[in-house]
Amino acid sequence: MKILVCISKTPDTTAKIAFTGNNTKFATDGVQWIINPYDEWYALVRALELKEAGSAEAIHLVTVGAADSEPIIRKALALGGEEAIRINSDNHDSYYIASQIAAVAKDGGYGLILTGKETIDYNGSSIGGMIAEMLDLPYVSLATKLDLDGNNATLVREIEGGEETDTVQLPIVVSCQKGMAEQRIPNMKGIMSARSKPLKVVEPVAVEELTSVVSLDLPPAKAGVKLVSPEHPEELVRLLHEEAKVI
Amino acid sequence: MVLVFLDQADGHIKKSSFEAASYAAKVAEQLGTTAEGIVLGSVNDDLASLGKYGLKKVHTVKNDALNHMDAQVFTKIIADAATSLSANVVIFSNNFNGKSIAPRLSVRLKAGLVSGAVALPDITNGFVVRKNVFSGKAFANVDIKTAIKIISLNPNSFSIITSDAVAEVAEFGATIDTAKVQVTSTDKVVGEVPLSEAEIVVSGGRGLKGPENWAMVTDLAKLIGAATACSRPVADIHWRPHHEHVGQTGLAIAPNLYFAIGISGAIQHLAGVNRSKVIVVINKDPEAPFFKAADYGIVGDAFEVMPKIIEAVRKLKQG
Repeated sequence: MKILVCISKTPDTTAKIAFTGNNTKFATDGVQWIINPYDEWYALVRALELKEAGSAEAIHLVTVGAADSEPIIRKALALGGEEAIRINSDNHDSYYIASQIAAVAKDGGYGLILTGKETIDYNGSSIGGMIAEMLDLPYVSLATKLDLDGNNATLVREIEGGEETDTVQLPIVVSCQKGMAEQRIPNMKGIMSARSKPLKVVEPVAVEELTSVVSLDLPPAKAGVKLVSPEHPEELVRLLHEEAKVI
Repeated sequence: MVLVFLDQADGHIKKSSFEAASYAAKVAEQLGTTAEGIVLGSVNDDLASLGKYGLKKVHTVKNDALNHMDAQVFTKIIADAATSLSANVVIFSNNFNGKSIAPRLSVRLKAGLVSGAVALPDITNGFVVRKNVFSGKAFANVDIKTAIKIISLNPNSFSIITSDAVAEVAEFGATIDTAKVQVTSTDKVVGEVPLSEAEIVVSGGRGLKGPENWAMVTDLAKLIGAATACSRPVADIHWRPHHEHVGQTGLAIAPNLYFAIGISGAIQHLAGVNRSKVIVVINKDPEAPFFKAADYGIVGDAFEVMPKIIEAVRKLKQG
């Protein structure tokens, strides 16, 4: 069984958020790029664990991005995985990206297609579900556990106020979140071997976007904190009740 | 027509769906059409009363097989309903189930999706929906270019609007596929407010020094009907269960009040709570970054301040 892990490049969690091009694009100057944490910590690491446990033979990574996303895919390969596929295309909407990944996955014979629960930049939470529909596969979203017994998967997914345990036969698409695995740091051997792992570049299939970002903006600055003296904490309760009207 | 998916659990429509219904009614008003809802599974609630959120009609598919959400099965039924009822817009709550179904429906109907919407669409030039991006640190205004549009509305970002109208209830004749995903068990925390739906959240950080001191969080939460949460380090060292972790990698929430005790407010924590309407921070370090994001704060020792706050709230509640 082969696993396909979808990898996205995102700005570091501490990156300054600013825009260019008349507020239509994220300003990338000086931005540190990382593997989207949900893709890395949960989807990729769980795939590695499954392979180490003998439940999978190979792990392939896929990303949709221009040549500048290669350092990120090499970084992911340093954690593990046999090979990577980069679909050579700039940033587009979720439907476009999912279409590209589905086109690669279609005849790839993958038993598991894993994504993070969302990217930390667009927060769409859509790619996994879209790929599943395109390939007519079951989809378990926001999973916190994934175990395999041959062709049978047991998953735990988050629901309001609790969790649900599911069983389903492969192939499936899963979006992964906290609980699935623990973060790993790549070791020197991994980093060295990542350089020589195959990274295949494929051209995108023709797809029309369904949505487009018209503009971006920042929330208005907060008016500033109203500090209450630690001598009179009851004043805070009064303000929350009478002024903010939240209790 | 604007169609809204009314999500249910244990026979009851979820609160986030009332918000989605109110939102759908407003979108319908903008477009000069009507809003209708669809409920899947066996529901005990009085569906006609959903008219009070502005729904003209509620379509139901009563079948126990639909009491657990299966993304594939639900998508097919909702797509069939949207097509046969000629919906131009389909609305979801961007909750756990909405995040499962809406992307699939987007593909099935080839309808553009904006997930995480926070405001009504601007229809003066296209169909532009405002959504949270960069984990609440910015907004994107996104144009949906397709004939059918799908919006998934962030919970607690649109107020429920009610009137005394009554909806017509109609059975929708759907073909129900057998779910490939089998639900073997569900495990819910009973008696507590689910964090994702809570209007008030009381949260503790490492400043509380140990799990034995959590009474100041849970006591206050109980008094004001709040859910409890915690910062990432607290969950990582197992002072509190993982499902309470809010932040970049935990749950992102947007309550009316977020009350943070002993949390410094690292940028990753803020990413999960910055959509809260009012933020209160109790921290003894005046340099704690959280104060910059807060509306109200006390620079002081939680161990001294919190008992007095709890006492004041108790008095207030006794009226």
